[in-house]
Parts: sequence; C-alpha cells; structure tokens
Amino acid sequence: MSFSRRSFLKYAALSAGGTLLAETPFMGAKARAQAEGGKARYVPTTCEMCFWKCGVVAKVVDGKVVKLEGNPLHPQSLGKLCGRGQAGIGLLYDKDRLKVPMIRTGARGENRYKQASWDEALNYVAEKLTTIKGKYGAESIALFAHGSPGTYFANVVRALGSANISYPSFSQCLGARNVAWELTFGEAPQSTCERVDMANSRVIVLFGTHLGENMHNSQNQEFAQAVANGARIVVVDPRFSTAAGKASTWMPIKPGTDLALLLTWINLVITNGWYDKDYVNNYTNGFDKLAAEVKHYTPEWAARETELPEHDIVEVARALGRNAPNVMVHPGRHFSWHGNDTQRGRAMAILNALLGTWGRPGGIWLSPKGKLAKLTEHPAYPEPKRDSVVFGDYPFAGGEGLTNVVRETTISGDPYPIKAWIVTGTNLLKTMPNQEKTRKAIDKLDLLVSIDVMPTDTVMMADVILPECSYLERHDGLFGIETREAGVAIRQPVIEPLYQSKPAWWIGSQLCRALKLDDYAVKGTWEERMRREAKLWNIDYQELADKGYLSIPGSAAPYFTADNPPTFKTKSKKIELYSAELEDESFAPIPKYQAIEQPPAGQYRLLYGRSQVHTFSRTVNNQWLWELFKENQVWLNAKEAARLGLKDLALVRLVNQDGINSEPVRVKVTERIRPDCVYMVHGFGQHSPAMTRAYNRGADDQHLISKYKIDPICGTTGMRVNFVKIVKEA
Amino acid sequence: MPKYVMVIDQSRCVGCMACVVACKRENDVPPEQFRTRVLEMVKGEFPFLRSELRPELCNHCDHAPCVNVCPTGASHKEADGTVQIDRSRCVGCKACIAACPYNARYINEEHGFADKCTFCQQRLKVGLKPACVATCIGGSRIFGDISDPKSEVRRLIEDNSHRVLLESAGTEPNVYYINRYPKKLS
Ligand code: SF4
Ligand code: SF4
Repeated sequence: MSFSRRSFLKYAALSAGGTLLAETPFMGAKARAQAEGGKARYVPTTCEMCFWKCGVVAKVVDGKVVKLEGNPLHPQSLGKLCGRGQAGIGLLYDKDRLKVPMIRTGARGENRYKQASWDEALNYVAEKLTTIKGKYGAESIALFAHGSPGTYFANVVRALGSANISYPSFSQCLGARNVAWELTFGEAPQSTCERVDMANSRVIVLFGTHLGENMHNSQNQEFAQAVANGARIVVVDPRFSTAAGKASTWMPIKPGTDLALLLTWINLVITNGWYDKDYVNNYTNGFDKLAAEVKHYTPEWAARETELPEHDIVEVARALGRNAPNVMVHPGRHFSWHGNDTQRGRAMAILNALLGTWGRPGGIWLSPKGKLAKLTEHPAYPEPKRDSVVFGDYPFAGGEGLTNVVRETTISGDPYPIKAWIVTGTNLLKTMPNQEKTRKAIDKLDLLVSIDVMPTDTVMMADVILPECSYLERHDGLFGIETREAGVAIRQPVIEPLYQSKPAWWIGSQLCRALKLDDYAVKGTWEERMRREAKLWNIDYQELADKGYLSIPGSAAPYFTADNPPTFKTKSKKIELYSAELEDESFAPIPKYQAIEQPPAGQYRLLYGRSQVHTFSRTVNNQWLWELFKENQVWLNAKEAARLGLKDLALVRLVNQDGINSEPVRVKVTERIRPDCVYMVHGFGQHSPAMTRAYNRGADDQHLISKYKIDPICGTTGMRVNFVKIVKEA
Repeated sequence: MPKYVMVIDQSRCVGCMACVVACKRENDVPPEQFRTRVLEMVKGEFPFLRSELRPELCNHCDHAPCVNVCPTGASHKEADGTVQIDRSRCVGCKACIAACPYNARYINEEHGFADKCTFCQQRLKVGLKPACVATCIGGSRIFGDISDPKSEVRRLIEDNSHRVLLESAGTEPNVYYINRYPKKLS
C-alpha cells in the first residue's frame, strides 16, 4: 500500500485543518476514496462478528477486503472495532467456509453429502416442507435462529402457518434478566446495548459481567472511561476476571449465593436509610412489604452464606448509598445460571430502584424517543391452527420463545409432532444444554435445514446445508439502533458473495417462491426494500449508504427531567418492588433466598465464560482469532491443583455428575479462582473436521452441561449447575 | 520535525487484543507473528490479587541496540524519532533480533527480512494514528509528537509519574507507561 505525496496533501487538506495526526477525520466513504486518489475503496457497513452491531468501514483494494475499521459516526463502535471485529476478514476468506448447497447422502452426522444447485436444494427443501405440513400440520415446522438471518426464515415459517420460532438468546442467555426488569420497571435494561451510564457513574457493581473478556465494543470503551474517571469498581465473581483486575473490591463469592448478597444489600440500604427516599416514595410501590421481607438477611448471615468478608458486604452497600443515584448494579447479560435467575434479576432491579438509578446520570439511561414505523409488504400471516409451543407452561416466557420447549416437544411429539427444524446463525449443539437431548430431537426429524457460513457441528448434522454469505457480502437491515440517541444503520455488501454462497434474504425469498408463497417473497432485491424503508422513515438512503449511520436528531432523552418525567410501563405504572404480577401466578412477589445444591467433596462447579477474542463457538476457526486463542483451558485453584498433584498445563479430563467425559484439556493452575469451582471459556471442542483449525481443539463445556435447571417463572435454562471431577489423562 | 512517542495508560487497558489484531491486518503480519502484544500478569495469592495489563511493542529507542548491531545499516533511526528497517538492505542475519532487549522483532519468513512495529509509518504519512491507537478500545494507547508542548502525550508525561521498560538497559525508549489507577473518589 502506498500513497503518493500528491494524494496525501489532498487528503490532509480535507482532514481537520490539514495537520498531522488529526483525529481520524470522518468523510463519507466516497470522499475518503477520492481524497486518497489511490485504488482503495471504502464501504461502511455493520459488523456481525458478534451481535453488538458496530459500524464498520471496510477498505477494499483490487476487489480484496484488506482492513476493517470502526465507523466514527456509529455509537456502538465510535471509530473502533474489537479484535473480533477487526478479524472479520478471517471469516470472509476462511478456506473452510460453506461454499455450495449440499444434500446429505449418508447417515446424519456421517459427513456424506452431495453438491447440489440452488434450485435443486431449494426445491428439495420445499418439497419436504410441503409433505411435512400436509402430514403433520404447519406447526410441525420450527425455526431456531440468532442474528439477522433469522428475520428471513421467520418470514418463511410464519407464511407456512407456524409460530414455532425460538431464539437461544432468550432461553440460554439473557431472557430471565429482561423478564425481571420488565416485571420491576416495565422495561428491559437493554436497547441495542445495555443502557448503563458507566461514563457518569461513581460506583459500578458487576455480577459476573466480565467486561474485557466479554468484549462488547462501546460498553468496554465506556468501562475504561469509568475506570479513568475514578469510578469505584466492585466485581462479584468467583473468578478474578480481567474486570476484577480493575476493581477496588473483588468479591469472590461462593457460586450460586448471589441472591443472598443482593437481599442483604437491599436490607442494609433500607435499614440504614441509604436509599433515595423521594424516588422511592414517588415512583415505587411495595416498599414496606419489601422492608419487612428482607429484614432477616443480615450481613453476618450473608458473610457465612456467600463466604465474603462481612466488612466488604457492609462497606459496598454504604458506598452505593453514599453515591446514589449515580451508581449502578449492572444488570449483566448472560443470565441463565442456576434456574432461579428471574428472582436474582428482580433483586438486582429492586436494588437499583432503591438507589434511584433508573433514569439518573450514572445509572440506567432511558431509551430514546420516537419509534421507527414498521414496513410490512406482505399479506398477514395465516393464523396457526394450533398454538405454538414456544412459551411452554411458563407464564413469563418472552416473545423470543423457548428453544428448550421446542426441543422437548420434538422428542415427545406432545401436544403435536415437530418434524422439521430450520436452523440459522446458531450452533444448537454448542448453545443448548444437554447435547444428548438435542441429538435425540434431531433423530426425530424428517428434515433439518441449516443456513450458515461455517460447517459447525450442528450444520454437519443437517439434511440440507445452504451456504450463506458472510455479513461482508450482503444487505441486511435497515437497523434501528437505540443507544442514548436513536439512529439508523445499514449493512451492505463490501464485495459480492464468494463461491456459491448467497445472502440469507435471497435464500428465504427463493424458498418462499419454491413453496408457492410468492406473496411473502421480497419484492425485487433486499436493497430495493431497504430504500423503501428509508423513504418510510424519511431518511436519505444515499447518505446512509455513504456514511453507514445516521442519527435521529432530538431523540436522546437519557435522564428524567422536568420535560421528561418518569413513566413506567408496569401494570401499576410504578416501579414494582412488590410484584403483584408474580403473586398472581403464585411466585414470590419479593425474592426469597433459597440455598442451591453445592458440589460434593472432590467435585467442582463448572463455570464458563468468554474470551475477549471469541464469540461463542462462532469464531474458533478464524485464522486471526484462532492464533491468539487456540484452545480453552480449565482454570483450577492453585491449592487444589497441588492437592491433586496437577502442574500447570497438565492434561486432564473432566467427568461430570452424569459420568460424561470431556475431551482432553489442559489445566491452568491459578490463584484467580475459588477452590470450589473450575472455569473454562465456552465454544471449544469442535467435532466437525470441516473446521480444520478448530477441530478437536480444547474441550466442549456444553458437552459437560448435561444438567440444567429451568427457571419456573420464564422457562430459561440455568446451566451453572453441573459438577465435575478432574481425572489425570495418562 | 516531530518526535513520535507512545504513552500507554495501563489503567485504561481492558486486555481486549483489538490492537493486536488491528496491527496484524494493517501491516499484513504473517500468521503467528506479532508486532505488538498485550500481557496480563497477576500477582498475589487468592483472594489478594493484583493484575497488570501491559501492551508491548517496539520502543523506538533513542539508543537502539538493533540499529547499533545492524551490519548493513538496514535498521536505522529516522528524523521523526522512529526506528525503521530498510527492507532492501536487510540480509536477514538476525543480529538485531538478538540485540533487542524487548523481543520486539521477528524475521518475516516469507520474505526473509527482519520486521517489527513501524508506528504504522504508512498511516502517519496520511495523517492517521497507528492502527493500534486508532482502535484501542480502552483509550489506553495514546500517540503523538512529544516535541509539541501542547500535545496530549507531552501533557500526560508531564502530569503523571511514568516509566519505561528496562530503563537500566540504557536504550532510552520512546514508549512511556503510566498507571493512573486507582484514583480516589472525591
Ligand atoms: S463488539 Fe466487536 S465483534 Fe461485536 S459488533 Fe462490535 S466490533 Fe463487531
Ligand atoms: S486495544 Fe487498547 S484496551 Fe485493548 S488490549 Fe490493546 S491497549 Fe489494551
């Protein structure tokens, strides 16, 4: 790459004042390319290395994508990309990508496929779906999805007459958290991102939220800013996470006792008058009942239960109270821990309410004003003849549906058979607890279709594999982005799809046509539809395509003010410290502590989390991320390791309570974890040999998560309930 | 003439490796080789632990041992303070790799020349900051001209106690480390 002197001068003249080392000047993509006068082309688009939706500016030279940078206009990236975002090129050019449509010829999981043309593959799927619908009814067709491809296949499934659509992001991730905050404040604490005002916070309490390892871009930028501002960071985590390294107080809590700590904090804040009295009087209900209910949660008791120093427990509560309302107990994100998760979330929400953090600087900011209208271009979907199963018997299951109930129904055939799964953007074997059940359910299917970019373990079980192109090769959106302000972002192809891969919108649309559901197919191209959507929203599409993100002026209203008075979307229109809604369904209206099962001697609770350079199991084969983190290790407390005679990097297997063995995995002997648990990064132990780099690297934590505990309130699957022993590998 | 330096505020580093990947893509660094890295070091015994996150790269030393030992003059100091390698003059003898006390260099196996961080010379030429700085999620890496009294790097160095790596080696590094953590709440 070289720049001539002339082009540099032109460029510098256009940048801020023409000085060296100006902040990266943002020019529209076209202006930047012109100013450089070289052969580089710039295309703004939206990242999908994870689901934070950062704005990207891709640099293309001679038809090759050579660099990805953060879009400075986009509030989720603010000019920067995380390591995974930078490594998007590694996905685009991964030699192991799915390249052509394939139809299975051998047994499921045997990896024998024949190549097919798109017509052949889509007609095959359409015929099978039609037969299944005829024989078992449309409801026997289910979709599992994550990310933007889900939209297009939800359309197909709804058009067929089924509403059995579920997203693991609810059941296996943040469902219980959102339900808890909806019950308390009438709203989830998340828009496009968690609505945490860390930059203005004086005390930030993280429960297991391992920022720095969980690398959501702008949230980490703001966390670093909070640290630099001198905010007090408190990390409650059995493991000394990277975030704990930034904390003034690390609280290595006994796993599963978080609710004891939270209820004690609630008690301390109430009895010492450390709560925000005006706020509580004006905006909450049930305070007296709450005060009476939590009275017996004393710090002495909590210290015994949580194995934390009593002094720290009291002192953090005091710091929260003293600095309220400019404090937060961060709502967290991955929340399916122990099966009592909604109540843990309720306690976090209640504590935030007492401290007056919702709608206050340094607390939880409010979602922006104004909603974007919905563009619908197809006839109404047919009403499913039989109710969907996706809510199970869980009164507070969320709209994203419960994957686990769809799986159960597929196995049992009760209340009706489920015979076809369409799976896109999610590696179910690595996402859902109890792989044996997932396999059993797959065995019951007449059709499993996978639409994906990489040959993951789940993809390689499919009857038909439809190769989707990566996010750098397709249109998606438009995306409404809600940060402190509202805005609109675009995903557009940086280059044309490689091999025979196709964008998910095209696959979904063609499938509609093959099913003779033409009315539900996209009218023209997706880009044409995006233009119509922009028009509906009064947005200049060309400008959006050139800049990647446009903000909606006047939409930001992050705090309660005289002009923006508090409103709550709960039944009582107040913050419900006491939840009549829960009571009506016979659940505890105020969270109650109940001890959970602890591991027997010789066993450790299995904890899992993330690496800063990986997104679940999605990125493990990416050259540029793989080389930084090739396989996971089992974190084991140093004293325990000495007791077991295990040296650092010793090869072991983990055996869980059900006798399930892990793949061989290396031990990381460390002071950074409690002696009663072990920890590993999630997403490793790929069994699909088609993922040549990731194949057989590290151990699969999900394999060991055979046990799970369902939250009775909303049906999510608590997955931190497995115990393992460690066996030395010969 | 500017004199380029990097200031690393370790308290702001979140250990995310965005800088490492950005550098690799910007500079087409071969697989499994790196021009910069981020170390996470934890000291103490459970539960009394302290951690340090330390980004490392070429220090662009004023007394650069690599430059001194280079038999061909390929490794040289430029007027802007950076240490650079003239690839056409490099014979791949590895003397510089042995001489560098910071383990900052490697041989590009494909092409046979010694290689290392250039402070993204190609970006500086067009007025952009080095790739690692531009994408630093924590805002931990700060880059600029220390000869400019109004520059952020100058202010950071003047206002904070700072250190360089292996000061005793006498290399006079141009990468400064500050650690402003923990600050007390008012
Ligand atoms: S956080 Fe990283 S991977 Fe996720 S969208 Fe942003 S840049 Fe991409
Ligand atoms: S990008 Fe910045 S915050 Fe992230 S590891 Fe590098 S120096 Fe640290």
